[in-house]
Amino acid sequence: MTRRTPLSRTVRWVVLALFAVFFVFPLYAMADFSTRNLIQGGRTLAAWKNLVRDDQLYSAITISLALAAFTVVVMLAVLVPTMIWVRLRAPWAKGMVEFLCLLPLTIPALVVVVGLRGVYEWVTYFFGESTLTLTFVYVVLVLPYAYRSIDAALSAIDLQTLSEAARSLGAGWATTIARVVVPNIWSGILSAAFISIAVVLGEYTIASLSGYQNLQVVIVQIGKTDGTTSVAASLATLLFGFALLLLLSLFTRGHRRGPGTNHVAQATVVAPAPAPAPAPAPLATAQPGAAAS
Amino acid sequence: MTTTTQDTTEGRTHPSLAVELTGLTRVYGSVKALDGLTLHIEPGEMVALLGPSGCGKTTALRILAGLDEATTGSVSVGGRDLTGVSANKRDMGMVFQAYSLFPHLTVLDNVAFGLKLRGESAATRRARASEMLELVGLSEHRDKYASQLSGGQQQRVALARALAIRPSVLLLDEPLSALDAKVRVQLREEIRRVQQEVGTTTLFVTHDQEEALAVADRVGVMNQGRLEQLAAPADLYTHPATPFVAGFVGLHNKVTAHVDGDTADVLGSRVPVLEGSIASGTGVAMVRPESVTVTADPEGRATVVSVEFLGPFSRVHLTAAGTALVAQMSSSQARSLVAGEPVGVTIEPSGVLVVQEQPAG
Repeated sequence: MTRRTPLSRTVRWVVLALFAVFFVFPLYAMADFSTRNLIQGGRTLAAWKNLVRDDQLYSAITISLALAAFTVVVMLAVLVPTMIWVRLRAPWAKGMVEFLCLLPLTIPALVVVVGLRGVYEWVTYFFGESTLTLTFVYVVLVLPYAYRSIDAALSAIDLQTLSEAARSLGAGWATTIARVVVPNIWSGILSAAFISIAVVLGEYTIASLSGYQNLQVVIVQIGKTDGTTSVAASLATLLFGFALLLLLSLFTRGHRRGPGTNHVAQATVVAPAPAPAPAPAPLATAQPGAAAS
Repeated sequence: MTTTTQDTTEGRTHPSLAVELTGLTRVYGSVKALDGLTLHIEPGEMVALLGPSGCGKTTALRILAGLDEATTGSVSVGGRDLTGVSANKRDMGMVFQAYSLFPHLTVLDNVAFGLKLRGESAATRRARASEMLELVGLSEHRDKYASQLSGGQQQRVALARALAIRPSVLLLDEPLSALDAKVRVQLREEIRRVQQEVGTTTLFVTHDQEEALAVADRVGVMNQGRLEQLAAPADLYTHPATPFVAGFVGLHNKVTAHVDGDTADVLGSRVPVLEGSIASGTGVAMVRPESVTVTADPEGRATVVSVEFLGPFSRVHLTAAGTALVAQMSSSQARSLVAGEPVGVTIEPSGVLVVQEQPAG
């Protein structure tokens, strides 16, 4: 029954091929365009070299990567202990925390920017006018995705029994979280981190409206004068995002040796992984306009 | 108060310390989970707390472990007051009802976990963990993960892990409830053997009376947050102090009896009464099924309702003088009994508890 007939195999390949064309063609087009020498004809890697040579672009890349890193660190430091604490000590607050974490999804970026203006007067007062202060907004922005991943991982383990066992063996709260809980929700944490990176690298609206120069803002700016460089930067961001997702699925699939309960964790945790797919979309959609000009 | 039967200064042997629970009360909102529990456990002794769910037995154990806080009352181990000491500083080994092995660690690393937290060297940890795995007979599974073990094996590893830290007290919170019947019997014998081998003072919480009577030195029967009786298994069985205890430690018949001095008339048999019975008059006698003797007798006053075959023994349901009665006997004896036929009933002259008639019990 489960043997594949030649027909079903053909169908499978056709579907795969269609998907490959759908995904690869735009990427190929971007690669082709970004390596074209628009003035003299032929091929050139000048646009790709600009990624590191162009000061504005290079600093935007490093700032966006730093933003992604800071966002992940702050998000994990805030969310993981909070979620563990809520599950163990304040289960009555679970609904409220979930609601708060999912709320950013429902608020349009414009509203966020307007709403944050007052808050940011204080943020810039304390931290200066750095683009890196966007970390605070981005932590809020990635909460819905991160919450989902970590929540799924926490649901897959018997958190109360495991932490009580750890405590009875002599572990304090910090040790319990670091040595017992985190290793068992590792796939959820990785998934939350990678999704957050993808979201931050693809974020344009809030940075642009608040007047900060992150990678996406600079790509659009450069696109107005130098199409090939902006397409090269976009493609690089996309490929970086794909590489992260690939790593994520490799980690969560191959990392654990013990079968059984972990499989549940993996299955539920890998599920939200496709979520970032729409996230890099802004860069792709930002592109045609940029490239056209 | 402080009694240490073994030398604990070297940390080589397992400590045997006395445990003292004094006037423990725990109130959740309007519910009194524990109502003035006082319990003394001798060094090296294994006490089982037995009772229906919600009787407070698990609450008592969790308070001793430091995982819950008593509203009033105190806990001390080896004379040291543990009030306010957090769970991770109490040095108690605990086995949980739910499987509690750390999924990301191998069996050996699970057992060595507590030692690692205590800063033992890798070699010491390995040696000690191996020793404990040998004690529970799982040496060949040391490199497996919890998910590759059966439920019984996981609980044995959990026991090894709890004992590896040489705990001051071993706490067993219904460790056998999640297992199937056959494994449960095997494992409870193993728990008993291991506990006697290491000599650690142990509190075992269970709702299964057979389990409690089989493993413990003394059994405490709890009801509604109170300790009804604390006694050796045999004493508990033959001398129940309250109707609740009588009902909980065996399927007991409740038969109308007339007390007259030291004896009572129960279904025509004269039976000595136990301490705690009413002094005189009519009451309810708690009669064990195996104390009821059934004889084939066409003139008998009782009638066989049904015969329940349970392998080596059978349970015979009867009606006698309008009261439902259960008798237990060997299956060979029960074979001659036929439902609907009249039989004679006598009560074995072992002590019975006769109490005032009351709805509860």
